[in-house]
Amino acid sequence: MDAASGVQHAIEIDRASFRLNGRALVCELSLTVSPGETFILLGRSGSGKTTTLKLINRLLEPSEGEVRVGGRRTTDWDPIRLRRGIGYVIQDGGLFPHFTVERNIALVPQIEHWPPQRTRARVLELLALVGLSPDLALRYPRQLSGGQRQRVGVARALAADPPVLLLDEAFGALDPITRSEIQKEFRTLQTRLKKAVIFVTHDLREALLLGDRIALMEEGRLVVNLPVAEFAYSREPLVRAYVEAFSGGEVK
Amino acid sequence: MNFWGFLIAHHQEVLNLTVEHMTLVGVSIFFAVLIGIPLGVLITRVPRLSKAVIGSANVIQTIPSLALFGFLLFAPWIGARGARMAILALTLYALLPLIRNTYAGIQNVDPAVVAAGRAMGMTDRQLLWQVELPLASGVIMAGIRVATVVSIGLATIAAAIGAGGLGEFIFRGLSMVNTQLILAGAVPAAVLALVADVGLGVLERRLGTLKGRA
Repeated sequence: MDAASGVQHAIEIDRASFRLNGRALVCELSLTVSPGETFILLGRSGSGKTTTLKLINRLLEPSEGEVRVGGRRTTDWDPIRLRRGIGYVIQDGGLFPHFTVERNIALVPQIEHWPPQRTRARVLELLALVGLSPDLALRYPRQLSGGQRQRVGVARALAADPPVLLLDEAFGALDPITRSEIQKEFRTLQTRLKKAVIFVTHDLREALLLGDRIALMEEGRLVVNLPVAEFAYSREPLVRAYVEAFSGGEVK
Repeated sequence: MNFWGFLIAHHQEVLNLTVEHMTLVGVSIFFAVLIGIPLGVLITRVPRLSKAVIGSANVIQTIPSLALFGFLLFAPWIGARGARMAILALTLYALLPLIRNTYAGIQNVDPAVVAAGRAMGMTDRQLLWQVELPLASGVIMAGIRVATVVSIGLATIAAAIGAGGLGEFIFRGLSMVNTQLILAGAVPAAVLALVADVGLGVLERRLGTLKGRA
């Protein structure tokens, strides 16, 4: 829409609301994410985080306001084209149980009809990128550990090199050690790949580790939207409550 | 003459009727698959039809088979030939397990998997053919198995309207009060049903393991 106005945001949400049966799941929400930025949507279950993601890949359309991806309103995009340009990672990977690792990663290339040679090369490249051995290519998701499945999920989302990446509680199902490993690797990956990332989580520690900006969501609204360095010092009562809940259990 | 002696003496006729029987069942299941699976898929897409479709298939199941064959005698064109009537009736009976299992199989696919596919930009058609049907294939195959086994039993009644099959022996035996004749129809029919059950069961398990061999 405003491609001419200098700064090009990969994702712009402009006072978007989403109502279902009269209830606002997302309310007057505005945010922007630029390429290379990791934007954290932090909040409790039911605060509207996942709904926000669905507005971005047009699994839902805003009742009011606008959501723009690549400078274009999502409602102006062909939804299939839009989604193929947005990587999506969910908890436990959401892998197809009847596909091998290779076919899972090659999902978007395959539906985009890439030549087999190119797809194959890309799969090997991605396995290396997410730190998996090429020997795993022919395994099925059931034969992998949780951490391996999650890496395959990230590889699948990156397959067609989409400019935008959405992660919904992506690492939530992992044990603490594996989670911390994957979080660090993801951060390194992001400094190389420079995607526009929206990362949904309810884990403050994860938010502080991975985010460039953190937005706290409650009942469909953004309570604060701050650079990561300022977030922990916010005076906002809800942020304080969050910080205390996370620092409470442990002595530093 | 004992039962085995009878079978051996009349093996040609037994064989002919068995082939006839298998043809009746095979053709009916073919049509039932052709109609039932698409209907099952349709009601996953248009949920408000599901009650009506499954309900109708249920009602058909409750019509006593002999009565259904009797009604069909008066149907134009179909009523002219016993085999046509039998195939129509058997197809109708086979619909319920196919519709229901296709529907249940697709409904039971992990919603997270379908959601991931949709979010990655798969079209409805791609989701159906590449995700939902393959993951439901084991359950659908179970429906085909049940339908086949039931049809093999039901098809013996088709002889009452002149459709042929192993029921010929059974009805002839009943009217002549000849146990051997009855058995000559009933035993091969039972064997057919068992073979179909085991054979299709193997296929079903193979399809089941397709979705992620452990």
